[in-house]
Amino acid sequence: MSTVYFLAQQTMYFAIPLLIVALGGMFSERSGIVNIALEGIMVVGAFFGIGFIHIFQDSMSGQSLLLLAVLVSALTGAIFSLFHAFASINLKANQVISGTALNMFAPAFAIYTARMIQGVQQVQFMDTFYIRSVPILGDIPILGPIMFKNAYITTYIGLLIALIAWFIINHTRFGLRLRACGEHPQAADSVGINVYHIRYAGVIISGILAGIGGLTFVVPTSTNFNATVAGYGFLALAVLIFGQWRTKKIFVAAFFFGIMKTFASAYSGIPFLKGLPISNEVYKMIPYIATLIVLTFSSKKSQAPRAEGIPYDKGSR
Amino acid sequence: MRRTRLLQYEGFTSFLSSLMAIVAGLLVGLIILLISNSEDAFPAFLTILKGGFVDGSRGLAQVIYFAIPIIMTGLSVGFAFKTGLFNIGTPGQFTLGAFVAIYIGIKWTFVPPEIHWLVALLGAMVAGAVWGSGPGILKAFFNVNEVITSIMMNYIGMYLVNMSIVKTVYDSLKNQTKPVLKSAVLPKAGMDKLFNTSNVSIGIFIVILAVIVIYIILQKTTFGYELKACGSNKDASKYAGINEKRSIVLSMVIAGALSGLGGGLLYLSGSGKYIHVLDVLAPEGFSGISVSLLGMSHPIGIFLAGLFIAHLEVGGFNIQLYNFVPEVIDMIIAVIIYCGAFALLFKQIISKFIIHDTDEDIGKSVQAADIPASYESSVVNAETEEKTEQREDKK
Repeated sequence: MSTVYFLAQQTMYFAIPLLIVALGGMFSERSGIVNIALEGIMVVGAFFGIGFIHIFQDSMSGQSLLLLAVLVSALTGAIFSLFHAFASINLKANQVISGTALNMFAPAFAIYTARMIQGVQQVQFMDTFYIRSVPILGDIPILGPIMFKNAYITTYIGLLIALIAWFIINHTRFGLRLRACGEHPQAADSVGINVYHIRYAGVIISGILAGIGGLTFVVPTSTNFNATVAGYGFLALAVLIFGQWRTKKIFVAAFFFGIMKTFASAYSGIPFLKGLPISNEVYKMIPYIATLIVLTFSSKKSQAPRAEGIPYDKGSR
Repeated sequence: MRRTRLLQYEGFTSFLSSLMAIVAGLLVGLIILLISNSEDAFPAFLTILKGGFVDGSRGLAQVIYFAIPIIMTGLSVGFAFKTGLFNIGTPGQFTLGAFVAIYIGIKWTFVPPEIHWLVALLGAMVAGAVWGSGPGILKAFFNVNEVITSIMMNYIGMYLVNMSIVKTVYDSLKNQTKPVLKSAVLPKAGMDKLFNTSNVSIGIFIVILAVIVIYIILQKTTFGYELKACGSNKDASKYAGINEKRSIVLSMVIAGALSGLGGGLLYLSGSGKYIHVLDVLAPEGFSGISVSLLGMSHPIGIFLAGLFIAHLEVGGFNIQLYNFVPEVIDMIIAVIIYCGAFALLFKQIISKFIIHDTDEDIGKSVQAADIPASYESSVVNAETEEKTEQREDKK
């Protein structure tokens, strides 16, 4: 049973960042803007968030510091995403262009700034955020060890974000407008919705969430930030497509991938799997192969937003 | 009138907007250098500009050496772009090609030594093509988005190569591949004496050949036309009798082969480059996206863009003399690519000028005052935007 708990706790570390960032991507793409800059925004968010922790960890510690860092990551992610919004909404450029530029700029900026200021590119931080067991909730049988032991507060933030995202996109006026702009912007415009504003909102939300996702990825898995989020932005993009641009399916996809990834990295902790004569690398491949197979049989009907990737132009027919 | 004609020529405006983007990128680079260390900023900036034009012919050789893999991955991304696909799978295809080239270069001792390198390169192409065909087949027959499959194939490829290296051609002391046999190293053909360094080989001629072949396929053949047609409008092409599934698969196969060849060319160049067994995707693959965007997906543009980025990278390597961090180059390139987004705006401004000019010639007789000014400008806008949109579609 302890193995199951261990795997469940590990899964959270992998799945939550993917979930947050993929949901961010959902807001952007359902407003009609393809955002392949998620990786770069994650790096920027993580860099400033971890940098904030690095600077203030002498005077503060614990959850309040982490929550402030989350705000810093969200803010810097949002600001960085504005570049993508400007190029793809105002300049009507091919949305791959600014995405690629942002992905290239972010790690270079993180390495350059870190090395220019402190000489080395790793930004160190002390992990004072680890929660051994949440009071009261951690004592609940079964659910307690799975959800409320060996955890980080970012896990709950992630789950909360998923709930809010689901509500906003499906049950609010803004969500409806956002979806309309991604499906048929001309129709949305004809009923008085400002397509540009809605798309800006979509991209900025994706920036906020990707920024938070970057921090969420680094904090539980490391004690320094080395200008990379290990391709998680691209994986989140994959989770977004895998999840068919829908909140619930993204949730399932993120946890599917997280569980697979956990098996891949923690198989040596499982006695039954450790004995098998299979190479380490094969286990690492499993999450990606499994995703490919599932996709092959589930993609016949793609539910991509119809106006995705097409710059909105009032004059066009 | 003459000036107008020059500006109307599309290639020229593209060139001008690229030039403006480059200037903007370099300016941002200069500002970054000035902020970090104002004393050494200008000498360092000059070093970046000089790039490969230092150290005599060896600097040039270094530029060529850096340029070869990224031109090939750039061609791969650009070719897929032209056919309506986003091939983000270049890192995987590149690594697979590199591994197969090394494997053949070490293990296939039965091949006659004269053609050993050629066989290894062909192997690299086939490996890349196979890896590229995966996303192509899944896209064509199962409607799976090629971006996600390419990303998955990147990771699968990386782990597969790492596993295969450890099992076959592993140098466990250095955690990397063993050196390839002499016969598998690309022939120098006197290039090493010309450039006075061992980094150069006939690789650059193979790259030029690939550029020409891709140019001919895309511009001069029915096959290329069909691929581009599928990229512009899948349904219309199907209606016109083009087998769109075949086109998608073949585009990805060719794109994969180009990336694979890039991997082979880099690791058979005899420069002491080995694949390290690390869980990191090949950065040359992602550079291909930048090169392709900067080169506007045109084979010749990609060739020049690859050389230019390599030139900057050599400069970036050299500014370490002034204690600057070479990553500033990546930031400059990122800004240049970002400013490529302004190209459309820039072209619109130029088009406005042209129409303004011709208005003065013709407009007198038309009595332009009859048309409300706002209407006129909106028509002009719509027209130019339509043109640019068409161009976008062609891409």
